[in-house]
Amino acid sequence: MLKCLSSFFIVLFLFVFYSFAYSQSLGLGRPATDNEVASWDIDIRPDGKGLPVGSGSVVIGEELYTDNCASCHGDFGEGIDRWPELAGGFDTLDSEDPVKTVGSYWPYLSTVWDYVHRAMPFGNAQSLSNDEVYSITAYVMYLNDLVDEDFELSNSNFEEVRLPNEQNFYQDNRVDLENLIYNKRCMKDCKKEAIITKRAVVLDVTPEEEDVSDNGNSNGDDIVKTVSLDPKLIKDGEKVFKKCKACHRIGLNAKNGTGPHLNNIFGRVAGQLEDYKKYSKNIKKMGLEGLIWNTETLTSFIMNPKKYIAGTKMNFKGIKKSDELAALVEYLAATTKIN
Amino acid sequence: MVKKLKTSRRKFVVGSLAAGSTLISSTKSIASNIDDKAITEMQPWNSELGDGVDASPYGYPSEYEKHVIRRNVPWLTADSTSSVNFTPLHELDGTITPNGLCFERHHGGVAVIDPKKYRFMINGLVDQNTVFDLSDLSRFPRINKLYFLECAANSGMEWRGAQLNGCQFTHGMIHNVLYTGILLKDILKEVGLKNSAKWILAEGADSSAMTRSIPIEKAMDDCLVAFKMNGESLRPEQGYPVRLVVPGWEGNMWVKWIRRIEVGDKPWHHREETSKYTDLFSNGKARRFTWEMDAKSVITNPSPQAPLSHGKGPTVITGVAWSGRGKIDKVDVSLDGGINWLEARLSGPADSKSMHRFYLEFNWDGKPLLLQSRALDDTGYVQPTKDQLRSVRGENSIYHNNGIQTWALDSNGIAENVEVS
Repeated sequence: MLKCLSSFFIVLFLFVFYSFAYSQSLGLGRPATDNEVASWDIDIRPDGKGLPVGSGSVVIGEELYTDNCASCHGDFGEGIDRWPELAGGFDTLDSEDPVKTVGSYWPYLSTVWDYVHRAMPFGNAQSLSNDEVYSITAYVMYLNDLVDEDFELSNSNFEEVRLPNEQNFYQDNRVDLENLIYNKRCMKDCKKEAIITKRAVVLDVTPEEEDVSDNGNSNGDDIVKTVSLDPKLIKDGEKVFKKCKACHRIGLNAKNGTGPHLNNIFGRVAGQLEDYKKYSKNIKKMGLEGLIWNTETLTSFIMNPKKYIAGTKMNFKGIKKSDELAALVEYLAATTKIN
Repeated sequence: MVKKLKTSRRKFVVGSLAAGSTLISSTKSIASNIDDKAITEMQPWNSELGDGVDASPYGYPSEYEKHVIRRNVPWLTADSTSSVNFTPLHELDGTITPNGLCFERHHGGVAVIDPKKYRFMINGLVDQNTVFDLSDLSRFPRINKLYFLECAANSGMEWRGAQLNGCQFTHGMIHNVLYTGILLKDILKEVGLKNSAKWILAEGADSSAMTRSIPIEKAMDDCLVAFKMNGESLRPEQGYPVRLVVPGWEGNMWVKWIRRIEVGDKPWHHREETSKYTDLFSNGKARRFTWEMDAKSVITNPSPQAPLSHGKGPTVITGVAWSGRGKIDKVDVSLDGGINWLEARLSGPADSKSMHRFYLEFNWDGKPLLLQSRALDDTGYVQPTKDQLRSVRGENSIYHNNGIQTWALDSNGIAENVEVS
C-alpha cells in the first residue's frame, strides 16, 4: 500500500513537473484591450481587410495633396530632388530607365492607402484622417490618369479598383531556376582571358574622403553656437525641429534641401538666400520690402505659414501650440552665430 | 541619374602609401645601420602618466582610428532621415561587426523610444491578443545567435557596372552581430496560433511604421525577437529596445523598434514588398518575395580604400563571405580575374547565416592582379558572376546583386573597382 502510494506521488510529481516545464503557456504578458488593438492595428490588405468606413474625392484630394505632399512629390507627382515619383512612367518598366510609380508599377491600391495613412506626410505621420487618406489616394489615381476628376473613392468601391501592373509580379523562383545554374566550381583554366571591361574611376561617383580630424561623422545636427538663451527651451526646440527636418537643415555644412538651410536665420532677409532657387514670388517680394527674420516674424510665420506669406511654397500647416513654437524659435535663435 | 563628384582617391591613397613606407620596411633583407627613432628615442607614453580609469566611462576607439567610420553616399537619397550609410568593411577583421560601425538604414529617422513606454503587441489569428513589456520579454527563455544582416540593395549600384570605388560602398550594407533574443515561435506559442495562421506582419514603432509580411513557416523557424547586440542593448539606430531578426533574409524585413506582430492568413503587400524590394526584370515583370540573400563574398583587403602599401613579398588577402541559405562551405580567391582559383582559409567563429572570414596568404611578385573571391555555401551553390546574374535578370533589378566583385590591383598596390570579361 505504501509502495503503491509512493508510486502515485512519483507519478503525480512527474506530471506536475512536466506540465510546469513544458506547458504551452508561461502566463506572460496581458490581454490587449480592443481599444489598444484598434489604436495600433491600422494595416490594410488588397482584399480590403482593415479598410475603415469613409470616402474622399479627387477634388478634395487635390487641395490636400498640394498642402501635404507636393513639396516633395511635386505638383504632378513628378518627384522633386530625389523624392519618389508618384505618377507617370507608363510603358517604361522594360526600358533602360524604368520609372516605378503608383500607376506604372504598384500592384495594389490598398498599398497606397495603407502607406499614406501610416507613414505620410513625411515627418508628420498618421496626422491625416481616414477621409483625407481616401481623398489623397483618389487624387494620386487621378494624377496617374486612372480616374476622372469627379471620382470619389470609398470603402464600398475600393475593391473594384485594379492597378494596371498587378499581373506583372510573380513569386521568387530563384531556387528552381537560376540557382541550379550556379553550382559549378571550376578551379583551373576556367576561361581564356580576363580583360577589364568596366572601371569605376570612369564614372567617378565615389564620395570624397572627408576630413575626420574633428571626430568626423558630423551629420549637420550640431548646434553651431549658443547665445545666452534658455538651454532647456533650446533642447525642447530641437525636438520640435524634427517637424521641419524633412525639408530644412541646420548645423555645420548644412546645405539647402527641399527648403533653404536655416543657419543664421536670425537677421536674415526673407527669401534672399542666393543659392536657394525655390522661393515663392511673395516671400522674395516681402524680403525686398524689408521682412527680416527675428523672434516676432518667425513666430508669426511658423504659427500659420500660409496666412503670413500668401503663396508660400512651405507646405506646412504650422505649429499652433505656443510652448512648442517658443521652443522652436529659441532653438533657431540658438543656432545663429554671433557675428 | 548620376551626380559627378570630384574624387580624392589619389590623395588618400598616396597618403596611405607614404605612411606605410615609414612604418613598414618591405623586407628583412635590406640591411640598415640607421637606428629606428621609434625605438631609440623616448616616447611620451614611455614616461608620462596616461588617463586614469573612468576617463571615458564608455570607451571609444583610439584617437588614431578616427577614420574608421560609417560613411554615406549623399547623392543616393533625398534626405538623411530616409537613407543609408555603409559599414567600413575594409577597416575590420574577424567576423563580428562592432556596434558603432553597423551600417544604418532608416525610413523615417531613428526612433528614440523610452523603454518604460515600450510595448510589444501580438494580435490577429491568435487565441489571445496580448501585450508584453520589456519585463515580460526578459522572462522568456533566450538564446544567442550570430547572424549577418544584409540590405537587399547591397551592391545595388553595381548592377550595370563598376560604379563606386571602395568595398565600404559596394558591399558595406551588411553587418554581423551576436544577438540575444527570444525565438519568435516561443512568443507565438505563448499567445496560441489559430490553424488559419499563414503569415505574420511585423510593424515598427518609428515614424515610417515599417511593415513587412513574413510567412508563418519562417516565423516558426529561426526568427528572433532580439534586445541585445554583441552583449549590450541594441543601439538606437539598430532598433532599441527591440528588433526582429530574420536570419538569412533581406535586411528590410528585420523590423527595428518592433512594436507589433499581426498574425493573418494572407500577405499584406505593403509598400516595402511591392513598390520596393521587388526585383524588376528587363521584360518589365518583377519577382516579389525574394527574401533569401544568396551566397556572396568580397575581398576587403586590399580594396580601393585599402591599398597594399608594403610592396612585393609575403601578402595576406582577406575578406568576408556569407549565405542566407546556410553555412559557407568554401571560399576561393582568384588573382587573375577568374581564370584560376585557389581555396582560401576560413578562420573565426561563424555559423549558418553568419559572416565568415577568409584569408589567402601568397608571395606577391609586384605585378598587377585582378582579385576576385567566390563563396560556396553548404547547399552546393556557387557565387555567380555579375554577367551570369545579368543574363537572367537584366540590368534593372537593383536588389540581390551577389555577383563576384573584381578589384584591379596595380603594381603600386592600388586597387580599383572594375569588371572583367
